[in-house]
Amino acid sequence: METASIIQTEHLIKRFPMGKGEFTALKGIDLQFCTGEFTGLIGPSGSGKTTLLNILGSLDTPSDGEAVVLGKSIKKLNPRESSQLRKKSLGFIFQSYNLLQVHTVFENVEFPLLLLNFSASERKKMVMDALEWVGIADKAKSKPPQLSGGECQRVAIARAMVKKPTLVLADEPTANLDAANSHNILQTMEKLNRELKTTFLFATHDEKVIGYLHRKIFLKDGLVDHEEWKNN
Amino acid sequence: MRIALKLAYRNLIGAGLRTWLNVIVLSFSFVMIIWAKGLMVGWDNQAKTDMEQWEIGKGQFWHEQYDPYDAFSINNSHAPIPEAFQSEIENKTMVPVLIAQGTLYPQGRMQSVRIKGIPPDQTLLKIPAHKLDTLSDALPAIVGASMAHSSHLNKGDRVILRWRDNKGTFDATEIEIVDIFPTNVPTVDVAQVWINLETMQEKLLLPNEATLFSLANAEENRSSVEAFHYKNRKELTAEIDAMVKTKSKGQSMFYVILMALAMLAIFDTQVLSIFRRQKEIGTYVALGYTRQQVVGLFTVEGAMHAILAAVVAAVYGVPFFIWQAHAGMKLPMDTSEFGMAIAPVMYPIYSISLIISTTLIVLLTTTLVSYWPSRKIARMSPTDALRGKIQ
Repeated sequence: METASIIQTEHLIKRFPMGKGEFTALKGIDLQFCTGEFTGLIGPSGSGKTTLLNILGSLDTPSDGEAVVLGKSIKKLNPRESSQLRKKSLGFIFQSYNLLQVHTVFENVEFPLLLLNFSASERKKMVMDALEWVGIADKAKSKPPQLSGGECQRVAIARAMVKKPTLVLADEPTANLDAANSHNILQTMEKLNRELKTTFLFATHDEKVIGYLHRKIFLKDGLVDHEEWKNN
Repeated sequence: MRIALKLAYRNLIGAGLRTWLNVIVLSFSFVMIIWAKGLMVGWDNQAKTDMEQWEIGKGQFWHEQYDPYDAFSINNSHAPIPEAFQSEIENKTMVPVLIAQGTLYPQGRMQSVRIKGIPPDQTLLKIPAHKLDTLSDALPAIVGASMAHSSHLNKGDRVILRWRDNKGTFDATEIEIVDIFPTNVPTVDVAQVWINLETMQEKLLLPNEATLFSLANAEENRSSVEAFHYKNRKELTAEIDAMVKTKSKGQSMFYVILMALAMLAIFDTQVLSIFRRQKEIGTYVALGYTRQQVVGLFTVEGAMHAILAAVVAAVYGVPFFIWQAHAGMKLPMDTSEFGMAIAPVMYPIYSISLIISTTLIVLLTTTLVSYWPSRKIARMSPTDALRGKIQ
């Protein structure tokens, strides 16, 4: 099943200016991810997992080395091309949900479809389908402040999934959730991965998430420490 | 752009009270600017109409030496009425006026006045000249309300009027105030005494002479006739234009302050929004917006304040404008001594161009003020924005 490669990184380095010097967050990452993976970048704070996720999401650029996502070199993309990549092929799930607070659940999930110029009727159907997947169709008219943390994260998942992206990048998606909600969310994502064949890439150090991952990549001080595969 | 408009609308409506406070402040600016400008147009229009009805008609012929501001040349600025004017005078489409400098002695005081002779049968100007036909053993005279007020004159009062005739000899007579007329035009009122033209010509030894002629028919240009030169309405009302222009400049400061207050509210909202909505900005970028598109979205949001404000302004502004156009604005002070035509009640006049130009100016200014702080977004790192780390 997991055959086509969708992400390759070669000696990926990322440096950040710090005072008069600089801090190297990624010190040469070589990785490859294939379609349909349910993979996590695992490591303590400062290990470089969020930085790597940001680069793969074309929100940041490498200082050195290469990162190719869906056949596109992140380094060579201009702002317009990188926004096109995010708009069409990538979904994001954030630790603090990052929902648009003044918009309803429906409008939040609808947003990526607006950017892709779907018609109103198509948007309505796709949004309601996505809300059904995550089990909160009845909250379509609510606004984020009226929802619980678990419900907010479900909205964020629906927003990431509504356009059926090739790749979903999730940065600590359960960090603000209790155990029950975390398991619910993870089961939902696993189901979407299984049914829609969407590739999920997590950045996490949450044991609950780690338990669901099919592939675990352990990062330490900006380098890949080791990898583990889940035995089916 | 369509998406930006849709999102901006959702964001503004979603922001609730914050949006409506800005919108109300901005709508107040719309209404006040249009109302105040309308008042200036109304004043200008009213002053010119009053001046036309009371003094200048549709145009005037002036004696070549006549200068209304030069008291020394007044007594020389007259000439025989040209033959060419006779038919118009007989048809009552032209009113001759003779002007001379004089002195009035109300209640023992001495007051310099301008004596004006006008035919009692004229109907072109609103001056009630027919009252000069009143039978009296003194010389019948009429004065404006302001003149009567400042000289403590009442109807029926008798006072001494003195002048110099054409030979330079001083002469005087007793006049009787047979009427006091209310007018908004100070140039026919303040320090003016109106008497019968023929009597004045006799007393001044200036038979059949006049200083100026007011005309019933408007013409852009007429050639000079003997010693009299034509002045069209535009030339005669130039002083009002200049005065209104001066007042408009002063009033512009008021608009600027009003606009500055509204713009400050928009600017503050934008700056605060960019600071408070960093995560939202990062989210827009993560979901596929370019940073320039986010700048566009914030700019449209700002500009949309002006559009909403225009709608809100229309809701309460239109009834207010209509009411003001009918009821007018009463001036809180006596305007008779302002030196120019100001009615005690001013009626604003609103034109489509006034409303459109004001709307466009406010919209454009709001857009610029919104764009200015929004440019900061273009320099934001999306990853920092997502974490809300930008200070």
